[in-house]
Amino acid sequence: MLEGRLQSQDPPDSFQGHAGASLQDYVEAGYLAPLDDFFDEQGLREAYPDQLVEQISYEDSVYSVPVNIHRSNVMWFNPGLLEEAGVDGPPETLDELVEALEAVDAETDAIPMAVGAQWTVDHLLESVLLGSLGTDAYNALWEPGADWDTPEVAEALGTFETIMSHTQEESAAEDWQEASRRVSEGEAAFNIMGDWAAGYFDELGALPQEDYDWAPSPGTDGTYMWLSDSFTLPAGAPNEENARAWLALVASQEGQDLFNPLKGSIPARSDADPARYADSPYLESALAEWQAGPELAGSFWHGVTVGNRWKNDIDTAVGLYLQNEDLEALNAALHEAAQSE
Amino acid sequence: MSASTDSGAAAHGGPGHPKRPVTGPRARPGRFRRAATRARTWLPGLLLVSPSILLIGVFVYGMIGWNTQLALSDKHAPIQDGSFVGLTNFVQLWQEARWPAAVTNAVVFTVVFVGGALFLGWLLGLLLDKGIRGEAVFRTLFLAPMAVSFIATGVVWRWLMNPAPAERATGLNALFVHLNLDFLVNDWWTAPDLGMAAMALPAVWQLAGYVMALFLAGFRGVPEELREAARVDGCSEWGVYWRVVMPQLRPVTLSAVIILGHMSLKVFDLIIAVAGQQIVADVPAVYMWAMVFEVRDPAKGATIASYLLLAVAVFVIPYLVWTVRKERSEGR
Repeated sequence: MLEGRLQSQDPPDSFQGHAGASLQDYVEAGYLAPLDDFFDEQGLREAYPDQLVEQISYEDSVYSVPVNIHRSNVMWFNPGLLEEAGVDGPPETLDELVEALEAVDAETDAIPMAVGAQWTVDHLLESVLLGSLGTDAYNALWEPGADWDTPEVAEALGTFETIMSHTQEESAAEDWQEASRRVSEGEAAFNIMGDWAAGYFDELGALPQEDYDWAPSPGTDGTYMWLSDSFTLPAGAPNEENARAWLALVASQEGQDLFNPLKGSIPARSDADPARYADSPYLESALAEWQAGPELAGSFWHGVTVGNRWKNDIDTAVGLYLQNEDLEALNAALHEAAQSE
Repeated sequence: MSASTDSGAAAHGGPGHPKRPVTGPRARPGRFRRAATRARTWLPGLLLVSPSILLIGVFVYGMIGWNTQLALSDKHAPIQDGSFVGLTNFVQLWQEARWPAAVTNAVVFTVVFVGGALFLGWLLGLLLDKGIRGEAVFRTLFLAPMAVSFIATGVVWRWLMNPAPAERATGLNALFVHLNLDFLVNDWWTAPDLGMAAMALPAVWQLAGYVMALFLAGFRGVPEELREAARVDGCSEWGVYWRVVMPQLRPVTLSAVIILGHMSLKVFDLIIAVAGQQIVADVPAVYMWAMVFEVRDPAKGATIASYLLLAVAVFVIPYLVWTVRKERSEGR
C-alpha cells in the first residue's frame, strides 16, 4: 500500500518507519526528502545524542525524525528462580550467563533461557554478538563487506550455541509474549527481549523486581542497543508545510514527552522530563541510562544497521541453523550476507 | 451489457429486418446475406464472452507474461530497470540452501496431504455408501471443515499441535499424557526432518470431507446392476468395491488429486497461521512472499512464482488433456 503510493508518486505527507537502514530502499529510490536543514533549524543535532544522528544517517544525510527509543539488549529474569538456583544477582558477562543457565538447569525445573519463534532467536543473537564482541566491533560488523570470518565472531557464535542449548524445545511454536510470560510466571529464568516486554509484564499484572527484574544483557552494560520509530518527509509530499509542522511536533521535547509514556518507550531526545516516566520503574531506569550518555549500537533485527535484504539473509541463516544445528554453516552464511551488500 | 446490444445490432441483417439497406457500392446482396447469417451464429457468442476473454487475457495471461519477463531479468530491486539474463535466476535458486529445503517441505506436505485426504475421504465415502443411519448428519459433519478458512484451521491446530514435552504438554500432547500414551508425545511440525507431515494434518482434516463427497457421489453413480452382476458371479463384497466400483471411480480420483495437489503446492495461509515465517516450515509460497514484500526483489519473487506455476501445471495440464480427449471420444 505504502510502497504503491510511493512508486506512483502519490506519497502521504509523512509515514512511520524504523530509523536507520530499513529506510535505505526508500532513500535509494529517491522517495524520501533529506531532513538535514530541518535538523539544523530545529536544533536536533544538539537535542539527540551525536551517535544517534550518526547512526541514522545515510551518506551523511538524515531522512527521518526519531520519536522514541526502544532498547533491544535487555535481559529479563525471574529473581525467585535465580535465588533458587543459587545465582547471585543477574550475570554481567556471557560466561556468567552460561554458568547461571547451567545452575538453573541443575537446581530447578524451570527453563533456563526462554526464546520464541525464529525472529526472537535473531533478537537473542544480536545481544550475544554485542556482549561478546563489544560495541565498536559489533558496530563494525554492519559495514558492507565486513569480515565475519574471524575467531571473535566464531567465539561469539559458540557462546550463542551454548545459550541455545538451554532454551525450551517447543520455542518454535511460541512468540515473544509466551517467552517473556514464562519469566514473570516463574516457568523460565531468563529471556532476552526488547523493552516492550515491560509493557507486556504490566498488562499481565506482574510486579517489577518481584515477578520479574531486568539488567542489560550480559556484556553490554553501558551500551544501548537501540531501535527507534521515526517519521519521514516523502519527496513531493502534498502538504509539505504541514508535514514539517508535524515533524517539528514529533521532534519536540513536548511531543516526545506526550507520546512516549503512552507508548512505553523513552524519548530519543536527551532532554526529556524524567517526572513523566516515574510511573513505570522500567522507563524511569531506562531514561536515566539514556540520559547518562551510553554508547550506542544499532539493532540489526529491528532494521537499524542493515537493509531488508541483508536482514532477510541473516534470518534465513539463523532459521537453517535452528533446523540443522550447523554452526559453521551459520558463520559462513553470515559472512556471505555481509559481502553481498 | 454492451454485448447484448451489439448482438442485437448484428441481427439486423437477418430475416427479421429484410428491408435493411445494403451499404457499400460493391456489396453483392446474396453473399452479404449469407455472411450475415453465418455471423449470426458466432458473433453474439463471441461478443458475449469477449469481455471475459479480454480480462483473462490481460489479468491472467498478460500477468503470466509479465511475471516471466521479470523472472528472466536481473531486476533485483524495484528501482532497477533489469535486463534479460536468461535462466540465471532459475538456476541460482537451486544453489542456495533455502530453496531446496522449501521445495522438500512442499513435497512432503503434498504427499501427506493428498494421500491422507484421499484415503480418509475414500474411507468415509465408503462407510457412508454402505448405508448408515443418519447419513445426512454425518455427511454434513464431515463436510463442515470445508467451510472454515485455512487461517482459522491453522490457529486451532497450532494449539493442538503444541510441541511442548510431556512435563509442560498442552494440546494433543497433553491428551496423550493423560491417556498414558506418552510415547505419542512428539514435536509435530517443529521436527526438523518430517515436520511438514504434521503440518499436513490440518489440511487433511479440512479437505477429507470434500473428497468424501466426491467419492460418495461416485459410488452412488455406479449402477446397482453392475454390483449385482458381480455378486451373482460370486464376487465378495470387498471384491465388488475393489474390482467393480473403484475402476469406475478413476475420474473422481483424478479430479480429487488435481484439486488437492494444486492447493497443496500453493499452500501459504495454513503455514503462516501455524508457524509464521520460519525456515522449519518454509514453503515456496512463503519464500516468494518474503522476496516480493520484504526483501523487495521482483526478479527472485517472479522466479519462484514461475516455478509454482510450472508445478501446478504438472497437475493441471494432464487433466485438461485427459478431459478434452474424453469429451472427443464421447462425441461431445
